[in-house]
Amino acid sequence: MTDSKYFTTTKKGEIFELKAELNSDKKEKKKEAVKKVIASMTVGKDVSALFPDVVNCMQTDNLELKKLVYLYLMNYAKSQPDMAIMAVNTFVKDCEDPNPLIRALAVRTMGCIRVDKITEYLCEPLRKCLKDEDPYVRKTAAVCVAKLHDINAQLVEDQGFLDTLKDLISDSNPMVVANAVAALSEIAESHPSSNLLDLNPQSINKLLTALNECTEWGQIFILDCLANYMPKDDREAQSICERVTPRLSHANSAVVLSAVKVLMKFMEMLSKDLDYYGTLLKKLAPPLVTLLSAEPELQYVALRNINLIVQKRPEILKHEMKVFFVKYNDPIYVKLEKLDIMIRLASQANIAQVLAELKEYATEVDVDFVRKAVRAIGRCAIKVEQSAERCVSTLLDLIQTKVNYVVQEAIVVIKDIFRKYPNKYESVIATLCENLDSLDEPEARAAMIWIVGEYAERIDNADELLESFLEGFHDESTQVQLQLLTAIVKLFLKKPTETQELVQQVLSLATQDSDNPDLRDRGYIYWRLLSTDPVAAKEVVLAEKPLISEETDLIEPTLLDELICYIGTLASVYHKPPISGPPLAASSVQMGAVDLLGGGLDSLMGGSGFTAPGPAAPAGMGAPLGSGLGDLFDLTGGVGTLSGSYVAPKTVWLPAMKAKGLEISGTFSRQVGAISMDLVLTNKALQVMSDFAIQFNRNSFGLAPAAPLQVHAPLAPNQSVEISLPLNTVGSVMKMDPLNNLQVAVKNNIDVFYFSTLYPLHILFVEDGKMERQMFLATWKDIPNENEAQFQIKDCSLNADAVSNKLQGSNIFTIAKRNVEGQDMLYQSLKLTNGIWVLAELRIQPSNPSFTLSLKCRAPEVSQYVYQAYDAILKN
Amino acid sequence: MIHSLFLINCSGDIFLEKHWKSVVSQSVCDYFFEAQEKAVDVENVPPVISTPHHYLISIYRDKIFFVSVIQTEVPPLFVIEFLHRVADTFQVCRRSSNVGDTLPTGQLSNIPWRRAGVKYTNNEAYFDVIEEIDAIIDKSGSTVFAEIQGVIDSCIKLSGMPDLSLSFMNPRLLDDVSFHPCIRFKRWESERVLSFIPPDGNFRLISYRVSSQNLVAIPVYVKHLISFKENSSSGRFDVTIGPKQNMGKTVEGVVMTVHMPKAVLNMNLTATQGSYTFDPVTKVLTWDVGKITPQKLPNLKGIVNLQSGAPKPEENPSLNIQFKIQQLAISGLKVNRLDMYGEKYKPFKGVKYITKAGKFQVRT
Repeated sequence: MTDSKYFTTTKKGEIFELKAELNSDKKEKKKEAVKKVIASMTVGKDVSALFPDVVNCMQTDNLELKKLVYLYLMNYAKSQPDMAIMAVNTFVKDCEDPNPLIRALAVRTMGCIRVDKITEYLCEPLRKCLKDEDPYVRKTAAVCVAKLHDINAQLVEDQGFLDTLKDLISDSNPMVVANAVAALSEIAESHPSSNLLDLNPQSINKLLTALNECTEWGQIFILDCLANYMPKDDREAQSICERVTPRLSHANSAVVLSAVKVLMKFMEMLSKDLDYYGTLLKKLAPPLVTLLSAEPELQYVALRNINLIVQKRPEILKHEMKVFFVKYNDPIYVKLEKLDIMIRLASQANIAQVLAELKEYATEVDVDFVRKAVRAIGRCAIKVEQSAERCVSTLLDLIQTKVNYVVQEAIVVIKDIFRKYPNKYESVIATLCENLDSLDEPEARAAMIWIVGEYAERIDNADELLESFLEGFHDESTQVQLQLLTAIVKLFLKKPTETQELVQQVLSLATQDSDNPDLRDRGYIYWRLLSTDPVAAKEVVLAEKPLISEETDLIEPTLLDELICYIGTLASVYHKPPISGPPLAASSVQMGAVDLLGGGLDSLMGGSGFTAPGPAAPAGMGAPLGSGLGDLFDLTGGVGTLSGSYVAPKTVWLPAMKAKGLEISGTFSRQVGAISMDLVLTNKALQVMSDFAIQFNRNSFGLAPAAPLQVHAPLAPNQSVEISLPLNTVGSVMKMDPLNNLQVAVKNNIDVFYFSTLYPLHILFVEDGKMERQMFLATWKDIPNENEAQFQIKDCSLNADAVSNKLQGSNIFTIAKRNVEGQDMLYQSLKLTNGIWVLAELRIQPSNPSFTLSLKCRAPEVSQYVYQAYDAILKN
Repeated sequence: MIHSLFLINCSGDIFLEKHWKSVVSQSVCDYFFEAQEKAVDVENVPPVISTPHHYLISIYRDKIFFVSVIQTEVPPLFVIEFLHRVADTFQVCRRSSNVGDTLPTGQLSNIPWRRAGVKYTNNEAYFDVIEEIDAIIDKSGSTVFAEIQGVIDSCIKLSGMPDLSLSFMNPRLLDDVSFHPCIRFKRWESERVLSFIPPDGNFRLISYRVSSQNLVAIPVYVKHLISFKENSSSGRFDVTIGPKQNMGKTVEGVVMTVHMPKAVLNMNLTATQGSYTFDPVTKVLTWDVGKITPQKLPNLKGIVNLQSGAPKPEENPSLNIQFKIQQLAISGLKVNRLDMYGEKYKPFKGVKYITKAGKFQVRT
């Protein structure tokens, strides 16, 4: 007889019949009836009317029957809370049953009944079960605490269950330890700041012992918990590593990856000269490779993590290139990841093999994949200099195939190769020009136009080529339009005699006939530049461009270090650090948003002096809507100076004589996370000024106006206006020298004016720049000594507390204070808007007005500017 | 952890849902359907999808999508491994009609993977050493990449609490191994012996990988000529399969599948052995070859007809080969002996070897 018979009854009056059977005296009949009820429930029929009858069957010593009734209760308690109370007594009684299975079953079921009224009754039985003599009951109860916490967190805290749970970490049974860790981890998830899993060497030892004996799922929780521990020295780190390595041979891939996380993290603390360090490196490769023979979904997650690992420690997998070779029936998401890792592992030693593979892929069926393969060839050329020539010839071969999308991709990457190796491969331009007509994708068209503009002097018919694009100017995408504008201006500067007409034409198309503010602005800038000072125009437009490097594709080192700590989590799949606390990172990251092959290089190809700061900051004139907002900012500008970070007095940035009567003075400020540029515009000319607009050049930290410049009314002669311009840091980034240099263009109805100013770095210090103590210690040790810089702050008479307070106002946080032989040592941290951490040690001697400041940072070039910020804040 | 689970069949019906905390509306699956539509092919649906309020982590098994809804940070591999276990369980349930029999009995035992009080009249222990060769062979016949994925699957029906030791003639082959949790890792590290108290019934004892190129023998070779003429609507197809390093054993169960280019309309071929089919819709050519006899090598040849006017196909189709070799572990792995401690009876022991093609691809 099979169980399927329970699902077949569809008679009328079924409920009535079942009711009778449930109340039968015969045990067997009762059990059969409950089975039928459960079967109906599973297929979605409403059998809630039988609630009292089913609950009546609960008092039985038959385990199977009890399980079925519990199943029913879990399903219907929520809809019938008042009836569910009826079952409470039996639960409480079952929690004291001599059979541990029944005790565990009862406490588990009570945890699953998500009814507020019942939870109160649950506390006493749960307390007993947490201290039960049977480990099976204790481990079930541990999970129950997490469930209860989800329903009523306050209750769990008030009842002291969290402490009991912490005690269970030292339980003698590994399963109990594992479940306690699992429960605490889940609870900690909703209390990011709490110290629920405060680990010490003793508890670590307990966890390591339990690790060997608990289930695979328990192992994952324990390993993830271990990864958050900070060993006190390298000896402890090594001993934990030694005990974790056997997990690398586990059949469950999640266990393996969590073990990898612990090892990758603790390796940071080990000296590279240690024999053990080398051994560990060798041990890490095989399990990572093995993950790639698992199911494709597992492979995908593994590959995303391997991508991080090869960036952090390329030596681990440098000999394993071949396992990343693509099989034609791999799912596309696996193919693309493998490709990316192949390029990361490419080196002079294996480049021939890689190129042969990539060429093979370029003839595959899947268009997306073929495109990425072609791009990958370009990335190889940029990464491995010795291979550049081969890559270029491979790309030329591919162009010969005349497959449309292959040709277009090839042209896009050849442009990048030109940027990396100028004046080396220009002989291929002729071949590229042959394919001009077949290009129908904006990116490829833009790339080709860039090439023509850049090498206009070597292409005899450059003017004809560009002119041919100009015919359909308004149908082109913005990318192509901008590029065409720049390319024709370049051409004009190189061959002014023959191309006057062409440049006129494009400038008028861009400025008069276009609705696109970016295009119009760029057009105006060129136009004015060309008409006022052609020499300057040449310097700006034909300036030598910075070389691109493969680093454009790499994850920034501090972010990478952070992500290494998140190996195995969703953060590692998206390569973005998690936003702490629930609700879960709701950012709309899409698959492939971290597209390493696609973006990055494109933004660099402009080559003109100014790039529009993005769609967030339209350069259009004073929209009426925005003016109210401007007022608001003015207001906060006046009040906020008291509470926010230090604001320097305004200085003159642009003297009137240099700007046809417009004088600009200003300063920068930061209040409650908002950066603003506080300006005073003074009209010292004899005519009225209007139509103000502002743009920034690309700069080191991506500062850009967050709103258009709002000047409400025309500025009369001898009148001044104070404006607070909100800024953000999402603009384009380019390293400036000095680092805090900001180049600004201000436009009014008279002309466009340029000036540059230095901003104090502390406007970039963010509010959450306080590092955890543990983290601080580890990071301080981790940053190599050569990154440390020392400065003297002279003539400062404040005491340690006053210093600390003053700095905190500007988001420099004191983490610890120590008194060593009469001098105060302050340990401080701060974080820049782009995520760079700076760690500081400030030494203050009571009798000496000179402080010593030691700064450590992974990006040591910022230290000098941080020092300047310290100096300015402390002296004002 | 996992908030909800939806099971979706190929035609997009949600036929089963399970909610652990609160009910998440089925509409959350719309994000999944969107991704599925974008992926075109079912195999290409990305396993991790983010939606405004949840993450969806899914696997695709036996024509069913298992889609889990995640609300808090959780290791995705944890979820994917778990979903595969759920799928495994469904598979077991589908095979046996009586669900009740396959559910765990929930008896307590000192060893979590083995129940207490096991009793058999015939005490038996079987081990299957199964090796799959994954390889990519390039046009010229040289090996681009090859490795062996091996497993030892066991079927153990032994009474009581047997403690087993399995040793190999050549344990050095195994340097990249994943173990069932029952195996004592220390003994393996020190003596290269698999020592364990087995679970009852069928389970995977170890899986391993042999990748060192000189150890991976390639048992078949393929001679191929697939060409399309410029400006003509036909092409030639000529493939011969022969034995290579097969250690004197017979290569059997040979099947070749080829995804032909889209432009291919149909194929007129003659097989000297076995039978072939060409599906004009999916463009998949399947040739069921059977056994390879060295005296008369199987050959498939003939004409490929293209759609008239279609350009010459750019891509070269890869040949996917399946085969089987009985009584051979291609890596050379051999079990030396199996000893049992802790119980008095004498068990019946057996070891079987088999080699198969895994992802075995020949580029043309």
